[in-house]
Amino acid sequence: MSEASPAKAYALHLGVIALLFALSFLLPEYYHGLLARIMVLAVFAMGYNMLFGYVGLLSLGHAMFFGAGLYGAGLAVIQLGWNVPAAFAVGLGCGAVLALIIGLLALRTTGVAFMIVTMMFAQVFYLLILYFAVWTGGDQGQVVPQPARVLNFGATSLDLTNPTVRYMSALALFSLVLLVTLATVRSRYGRVLVAIRENEERTKMLGYDTFSNKLIAVVVSGAICAASGAAYALLFGYVGSSFASVQYSILPLLWVLLGGAATTLGPLIGTLFMYYVIDVTSGYTSAYLLIVGVALILLVLFFPKGILGTIRQRWLGWLP
Amino acid sequence: MMPLLTTKGLSRNFGGLRAVDSVDFTLMPGEIRAVIGPNGAGKTTFVSLVSGRIQPSSGAIVFDGADITGLPAYIRVRQGIAYTFQITSVFANLSAYDNVALPVQRTLSDSRSKGAVKAGVMSALERTGLADRAHMQAGQLSYGHQRLLEVTMGLALKPRLLILDEPTQGLADSEIDNFVELVREIARSATVLLIEHNMPVVMQLADRITVFNAGKILAEGTPEAIRENAAVQEAYLGTAP
Amino acid sequence: MHFGPHLLLAALEGLVTSAVLALTALGLSLVFGVMRVVNVAHGEFFMLGAVLAWAITTAIGGHPALGFLAALVIAPLIVGAIALIAERLVLRRLNYNPEATIVATIGMLYIIQQLALTFYGPEARPVEPPFNYRILLPWFGYSGYKLSIIAASALLLTATWLVLTRTRIGLIMRATQYDSETAQAFGIAVGRVYGGVFALGAMLAAIAAVLIVPISQAHYLMGQDPLLLSFIVVIIGGLGSLRGTVVAAVLIGLSDGIISMFFSPTLAKIIATLLVAMVLVFRPQGLFGTASR
Repeated sequence: MSEASPAKAYALHLGVIALLFALSFLLPEYYHGLLARIMVLAVFAMGYNMLFGYVGLLSLGHAMFFGAGLYGAGLAVIQLGWNVPAAFAVGLGCGAVLALIIGLLALRTTGVAFMIVTMMFAQVFYLLILYFAVWTGGDQGQVVPQPARVLNFGATSLDLTNPTVRYMSALALFSLVLLVTLATVRSRYGRVLVAIRENEERTKMLGYDTFSNKLIAVVVSGAICAASGAAYALLFGYVGSSFASVQYSILPLLWVLLGGAATTLGPLIGTLFMYYVIDVTSGYTSAYLLIVGVALILLVLFFPKGILGTIRQRWLGWLP
Repeated sequence: MMPLLTTKGLSRNFGGLRAVDSVDFTLMPGEIRAVIGPNGAGKTTFVSLVSGRIQPSSGAIVFDGADITGLPAYIRVRQGIAYTFQITSVFANLSAYDNVALPVQRTLSDSRSKGAVKAGVMSALERTGLADRAHMQAGQLSYGHQRLLEVTMGLALKPRLLILDEPTQGLADSEIDNFVELVREIARSATVLLIEHNMPVVMQLADRITVFNAGKILAEGTPEAIRENAAVQEAYLGTAP
Repeated sequence: MHFGPHLLLAALEGLVTSAVLALTALGLSLVFGVMRVVNVAHGEFFMLGAVLAWAITTAIGGHPALGFLAALVIAPLIVGAIALIAERLVLRRLNYNPEATIVATIGMLYIIQQLALTFYGPEARPVEPPFNYRILLPWFGYSGYKLSIIAASALLLTATWLVLTRTRIGLIMRATQYDSETAQAFGIAVGRVYGGVFALGAMLAAIAAVLIVPISQAHYLMGQDPLLLSFIVVIIGGLGSLRGTVVAAVLIGLSDGIISMFFSPTLAKIIATLLVAMVLVFRPQGLFGTASR
């Protein structure tokens, strides 16, 4: 897996990025916003996959990292009037620091306890947003004002509310995270993460400090999710508590399970597919959560490897 | 000469059971030491204490002159104590290559080049004769090859002390002969602590033998001395088939 | 009103909460203890019990006591049957893998909640209590129905405890909890025990909901708080320990009333959730459990 066909893997990923770039010229206007949103949320899913897929740690609280990025960036603009790059950095930093704290605590537990602990910490985060409604806007949320969502480079400026700029910004973030993920899982560090997933005890006996390695993975995962949240706030101009609710901890799990855990492109495919399903079914039913519920059960019952995981197992063993 | 490993009053209780009971043990560098004893004598618990997989209830462990009693397992591994598991626990879903790359890349942590890992992995696999199976999934290997892979991983750590926990268990006779040769070769560069039930293997390999019974050291000496020891015969050899 | 009577009132209200909570949490605790399954959909079984109680009392009409008694019997049976089907169709096929079952029960949570919204609607609906007797204390009058909830819960808890410790069924359950493989080897139909325990757990939640619905109201989102509180109780009391569960339920129920007198409900929830997460991190065996596990 790791030594074979690196060129093929990189070619595939660059091809996917090129395809997404080309789609911005081929697709009708309506899909630009949707696809930009999907790419940003796919970054969220990739961050989740880093921990769930490669380290085997099932968190039920990743909404707090997405939320930390969302509110970190959003409030930096709304309350402090900071510019876009600074706000993005604040969001990213909030997520990374939060992930470090949560990791230090939650990694003392394993398995089911880890799932419940992460869920509870995320619930605390969510309730804090409601409690400090004066600043956060509570469950009403807040709009990030349009004039503030502009990137200034001296004379030129990029308006993030412009659909094309927004699409390209989302694509840039997505591509960066995708390539970083690919490089990470192919690296020595990626090999150690998979070893921890497969047998932590054995990995320790090869001289690895598994706690530190897991902690780094939690921080990287949290930072990626926060980047997604920060980008969401800045590109789509809304911060709301629902993005930190337990539902947004379940969704990345669903996307990753659907696309294929421990595959680099699975998160994108899962997110895309789920949005497509919702788009199709929204004509028949408003029961969006029903679809999420049924999909979760069907996936764990019949399709635990997800789309790309199954393809890799059956046909394309080299898929990263 | 300074001993490589000593334990002083090393004990471990499980509930009311004293699995290891104030054991004083000394191991000189370059030795091949066999640990034998009936089932439940505390052999595996003893080496687990040495490798740090479990913590002692009391007593001290000194490795190469330094007290390592409180150190976590992974640091002991870094200091040169490698442990190969009794129940084969290779990473079944990873390739044999990746299995060995894990210990190799850690011992190489200074050098960043990919070539160094590859060279290290292949030389380790060649040493145990698994090179042509490098890209097979470890879980797909035959049982004997999985045991060999386990030892390869231990070797790749470049240990000063290699603990082998029943390495020949479940191997065919022909495989055992190769194994004995391999251990002799390993012993040129490392001290070997071997838990083994197969008495011919023990007699062929060991410089000295330590006999455990009921958590204590019953006897210790050269293979000849142990063979002649009446207490050992009664406790162990006499009851063995 | 003076401080003493005020405290008495708070304590009574707290005991009512404790009574319902103990039953709900006991269901969660049994399922975890015997099956090692964390049932995230447990709160939805609670909600189903309340919603069904409304449906049954509405359908029957007549004297409130008649409908209520019918609901007390029928609602748990229906909920138990639904749980049993879910166990057969989903959990058993997952081989009770702890992580997969959590994901699956999250799926169940969404399905049950959404179906309740579709068929029952977003309204909160009241159920009339079976009787309206007020007990007159020297300082204030108190609802006799609320006191009967405490009595009913105590009765049910005692019955469950007797079943668990004194009967063959209890022995089989404990054997399965202790070591399912050995139990299987001794001829215990472990699959059937699991199905029964999962249904029983859901039924306990449903009974608790039927008891509480005359003083709260039936709503499709009402399962969330009982789920969180049950988690808290089960974690504090020690996972899978009956005595710990009851002690913790009384503790949480009483302190819930007192804490919410001093803090806003949101802040109380924040503090409680954070504390419980810390308990799970630093003392995973619970405050009353022993360290052996």
